[in-house]
Amino acid sequence: MNVKILIIEKLKENFSESIEKIEEYRDDLSISINSEKLLQVCNFLKSDPELQFIMCKDITAIDWAKKDYRFEVVYHIYSFKLNYTLRLKTKIKDPDEGIESAYSVWQSANWYERETYDMYGIKFKNHPDLRRMYMPEYFEYYPLRKDFPLLGIPGSLPLPKK
Amino acid sequence: MGISCCAIEMMSAVDPKYDMSRFGSEVMRFTPRQCDLMIVAGTVTYKMSHVVRKIYDQMPDPKWVIAMGVCTSTGGMYRTYSVVQGIDQFLPVDVYVSGCPPRPENLINALLEIQKKVEKTKARDFQDAR
Amino acid sequence: MEELKKEKKSKIIDALLKNRSYLTVEDPLENELILNMGPQHPATHGVLRLVLRLDGETVIKGIAELGYLHRGYEKLAENMTYLEYIPHTDRLDYTSTMCNNVAYVLAVEKLAGIEIPKRAAYIRMIVAELSRIAGHLIAVGTFVMDVGAVTGFMWAFREREKIQEIFDRVAGARFTTSYTRIGGVASDFDDEAIAMTRKFIDEFLPALDEFEKLINTNKIFLDRVEGIGYLSKEDAIELGVTGPNLRGSGVEYDVRKAKPYLCYDEIDFKVPVYYEGDCLARYFVRLDEMRESCKIILQCLEKMPPGPILANDPKKVLPGKTEIYTRMEELIHDFMLVNFGMNPPEGDIFFSAENPKGELGFYIVSQGKGFPYKLKIRSPSFCNLQALEKIIQGAMISDVVAIIGSLDPVMGEADK
Repeated sequence: MNVKILIIEKLKENFSESIEKIEEYRDDLSISINSEKLLQVCNFLKSDPELQFIMCKDITAIDWAKKDYRFEVVYHIYSFKLNYTLRLKTKIKDPDEGIESAYSVWQSANWYERETYDMYGIKFKNHPDLRRMYMPEYFEYYPLRKDFPLLGIPGSLPLPKK
Repeated sequence: MGISCCAIEMMSAVDPKYDMSRFGSEVMRFTPRQCDLMIVAGTVTYKMSHVVRKIYDQMPDPKWVIAMGVCTSTGGMYRTYSVVQGIDQFLPVDVYVSGCPPRPENLINALLEIQKKVEKTKARDFQDAR
Repeated sequence: MEELKKEKKSKIIDALLKNRSYLTVEDPLENELILNMGPQHPATHGVLRLVLRLDGETVIKGIAELGYLHRGYEKLAENMTYLEYIPHTDRLDYTSTMCNNVAYVLAVEKLAGIEIPKRAAYIRMIVAELSRIAGHLIAVGTFVMDVGAVTGFMWAFREREKIQEIFDRVAGARFTTSYTRIGGVASDFDDEAIAMTRKFIDEFLPALDEFEKLINTNKIFLDRVEGIGYLSKEDAIELGVTGPNLRGSGVEYDVRKAKPYLCYDEIDFKVPVYYEGDCLARYFVRLDEMRESCKIILQCLEKMPPGPILANDPKKVLPGKTEIYTRMEELIHDFMLVNFGMNPPEGDIFFSAENPKGELGFYIVSQGKGFPYKLKIRSPSFCNLQALEKIIQGAMISDVVAIIGSLDPVMGEADK
């Protein structure tokens, strides 16, 4: 209990205007943040001596298939000191414009963001090496978006001849 | 060619319990230039299919192919955008082994079928390029 | 399409040549070579492609390319019910199959809020620890085979066959088992299986001693492995590495102790930690973990209570076979659950469990329907491979093989 209250208090006293929503479901805390201030919040969470969220476990995105704010990027970060996993979410408007990369805060964000770019098409600014991860380089679509069919588009991936 | 889960069962077929070297095929060479038989074990995706074809082309004639597991025979339980639904779309296959993964005894049975097929083949069949 | 292919293929080579590493080369035009350690290679565990930039025999920079086994797991999960997805989780880390099942089912139970009976929790723990021993046996066996000692591989597989016989008896399949169900396990752990497990542990511990006696003091093995592939503590945390690789670099983090799931808080076991951070330390961590797993299994076998193996929650858990054939309500529930899936409430959770390779996490977003809206798999091998690019800078090319063996990636998991 104290851990969650501590995190919420610390965030509210420094960044109270960028927090959009705080949710709690089955003992998991998830905080939605405005996309412009995200990098500052991450830097604060990593460097604050009481919180120390030094490991980034995962970065992914959700496709809500709405007209406005279609994608939402989700970060899972872990603190050894508090032994707690926190979830941060931001909504982004335009995937081609994208958001700032978290590589400057946690180096493990490198491959996670490449995977999110490959699957959803969200570009990350100032990423050192934004290439596709799983699909071959010449693939033109983004597989995990809701408008891409499960069976794929025939002809998008070539096969060798018999 | 050990690509995914079937490779572990292929390794189990060589271990002391289900010894495959009893049937005369002990040697698993690491280069295709000295092989007669290619066992494709594991799911083949579109990205990997070019690699598999390249290795098949590097093998000298006469050559045979075993498609191990359902993923190579028909795509298996993965009906998705990136899995090839059966390697016979780009490779000529001699024996299909079913199972997910097939038991090592099943793989040894397939090896014996290939041995029977080899006895019946004449060298003339391999003269035209396949 | 062909021109597109040729033009975009060079992006990898650009990335390789673009960032300079800390090593300098006096005459770059003379000694450099770009080597492709391709997807089909006897020593890369599975289909991992490494493109290396070499100066003589030293690696200046290497880039790993994944995706040769990308089967579309996350897209598949959006079209299947929670129960139908269990066989797919088997094939994630295919060296230790029961652990993935247990982790996935625990995540779904956290989402839906189902409590499982005690006997099922103990059975899951026993099976997960047996699977951990099996996974580590493959890791250690292939590691020593890559370095040169082929006998170790055969001995490790001989022990692994005994574990697979136990799984055959309990779950019906040797390898890809799909043994756990939402709310418990599929079939009971009967007396003969308990006897087989005890017999296996009696034979396993002396066999492990014999293995160590053969390999641990061998001068060639130690020369090949000691001091190679150093990963410091801060780098490991920064790059998101978990599992035995993190514990070989000095961080004591084990999900079973940090956030205990199932009944791990009632069992007494140690977490082995080594501080050197090289390949030998990671090898020792795996050997010690196998011994700890044997201790855990023996304690669980003592403490396992008799009782039901499936929870009694008819709207979410599949009822047993005899009830379906004889009673009406169970038949209706079975029909609804299999065709439309159980409907957990709306929300999203993240759950992680300790796999032999690291920390396997599931992030599930549910919108109240029978299938998940989104399922993300946080696979440990993917995160461990990120550290590979940092470790191999400056190593010799024959050390790259030993380093990959000690990091122990499994491509079925890393490529999803």
